[in-house]
Amino acid sequence: MKTRSRSRALRTPGGLSLRLDLRAVVVVGLFLATALAAGVALIGTGDAHIPAADVLRTLAGNGTAYQDFIVNELRLPRVLVGLLVGASLGLGGALFQAVSRNPLGSPDVLGLSQGSTAGALVVIVLMSGSATQVTAGALIGGLVTGLAIYLLAWKQGVHGYRMVLVGIGVSAIVTAVNGYLLTKADLVDAARAVVWMTGSLGGRDWDQVWPLLTLCAVLVPLVLAHARGLRMMEMGDDTAAALGVRVQRVRLVLMVCAVLLTAAATAAAGPVSFVALTAPQLARRLTRSPGPNLVPSLCMGAALLVTADWASQRAFGADQLPVGVVTGVLGGGYLLWLLVTERRAGRI
Amino acid sequence: MSAVPESDSKRSTVNRLSAENVTLAYDRRVIAEQLSVEIPDNSFTVIVGPNACGKSTLLRALSRMLRPSEGRVLLDGQAIGSMPAKKVARTLGLLPQSSVAPDGITVADLVGRGRYPHQGLLRQWSAQDERVVRESMRQTGVAELADRYVDELSGGQRQRVWIAMALAQQTPLLLLDEPTTYLDIQHQIDVLDLCAELHETQGRTLVAVLHDLNHAARYATHLIALRGGEVIAEGAPNDIVTAELVEAVFGLRCQVIADPETGTPLVVPAARRARVTAAS
Repeated sequence: MKTRSRSRALRTPGGLSLRLDLRAVVVVGLFLATALAAGVALIGTGDAHIPAADVLRTLAGNGTAYQDFIVNELRLPRVLVGLLVGASLGLGGALFQAVSRNPLGSPDVLGLSQGSTAGALVVIVLMSGSATQVTAGALIGGLVTGLAIYLLAWKQGVHGYRMVLVGIGVSAIVTAVNGYLLTKADLVDAARAVVWMTGSLGGRDWDQVWPLLTLCAVLVPLVLAHARGLRMMEMGDDTAAALGVRVQRVRLVLMVCAVLLTAAATAAAGPVSFVALTAPQLARRLTRSPGPNLVPSLCMGAALLVTADWASQRAFGADQLPVGVVTGVLGGGYLLWLLVTERRAGRI
Repeated sequence: MSAVPESDSKRSTVNRLSAENVTLAYDRRVIAEQLSVEIPDNSFTVIVGPNACGKSTLLRALSRMLRPSEGRVLLDGQAIGSMPAKKVARTLGLLPQSSVAPDGITVADLVGRGRYPHQGLLRQWSAQDERVVRESMRQTGVAELADRYVDELSGGQRQRVWIAMALAQQTPLLLLDEPTTYLDIQHQIDVLDLCAELHETQGRTLVAVLHDLNHAARYATHLIALRGGEVIAEGAPNDIVTAELVEAVFGLRCQVIADPETGTPLVVPAARRARVTAAS
């Protein structure tokens, strides 16, 4: 029997077997290569231009003291934060969309980003807090909003549409609060708030890298361990439960992970628009594979964010344009282009 | 059956699946109270009854989709709610009323998902999985469609694919919630024939909720008639389907004659005039 399925099984004599989708593996490889290439290019970009070869040599520990300072102290942390934030948003978005079974069920739409913004605005406007305090405020804002959505959407379990609708309602309220906070702010605070609200990677250092890295190191394996159950839940709760998936538990674990990932990423870089919404959609269209596409979304998010940061620095100079502006234009544009070309090809 | 029933169980059950004095409710809306049902092993049991009599609710309880507020459902002598989910899923399969085929999934991949309870993180796709999936598609007659996208199929073909997925689960017990709804008559018969074949040739125990009493009488080996959350009658269709029973369960005056094709009971509703004059 000839088969169109691209899945290949790898088996060992010991009874181990892994199933891989060849196209997805290739796509993930491409995303990773893009993310790393953009990362190297980004490190070389700035007032002091460093060629890619020198960047690589310095990363390996063989650069001059001057290069070492610029690369490892100033620019590498920023790139790492970009990679981690992009990966977290991509994965978080894929989880939200899969759990709500709705492409609109992404943190941007559900009000999670707005919740983080509210937390940050409270610190900036009412307390004129430091950067670290803003980060903490955003983290708390995101977590509280996530919890609120989950509790409000809970009705003998969380259902997709209900969660999206509740999220949109929460989002509207929080957006109103944010608007009120902004009007109360003086000019300096307001300008700072608006830059934060667009999402920016400017001035990120190692202090932001370590917490994010630790969080990802814990949550990503946890999420992937539940990915197979999530894949079954695509077919409806009953079908998944009949196959032996503990639906409510898987959903709770994954929601908590998604909220943590998104809140942490937003706290680190601001509500970088659209990455969580577009990365999973782009990943899905490129792998052309059913399922939540978690790993491809993660890699796509990282690639998208770092590429956008590089593009904004190339085009407008360092920190002239916050990365959120570019992710919005780039991610949105690419998604529209894919949708238009796929409509011509007769697929949705 | 070698399994000896638990000593604390009052019923001397030897059947693998049964409900013991269960009370079934959604929120506070009680559907059934103190309901007890036995599913005879190796039977093709069909649950019938009017709308909202609790037949789908009972099936949901039997398949542990709904936890009884009182009483318990027993599978092989154990309370089904306290068994490991994957272990239950290797014994008892369910075809729910509504399933969603993921976008862009092929028939073979969807059927392959039925192997989930037999798989693990390090055992994702064994040669056995592949064999079972191929065999399930062959039995349900969808082998030729293996590489087609599920969204391209007709309703009847799609239902066969879902049944193939449930078969790939390789469970001795299979529960089907209204498997013929939304299908035209030829596909309804097609699906029921398939069920009968699975029951006869493989000795699987099948439990189905059906709307059509005549289909139920023709295909079931064991019939459970529910009304208002209570079992009104149960047994072989030939023994229990009478005009009195149909009137008691459905409130419909009718004649029961022998099906000219199979000899099973055939319910013919009384003409409108006869029913109207009887009521006045």
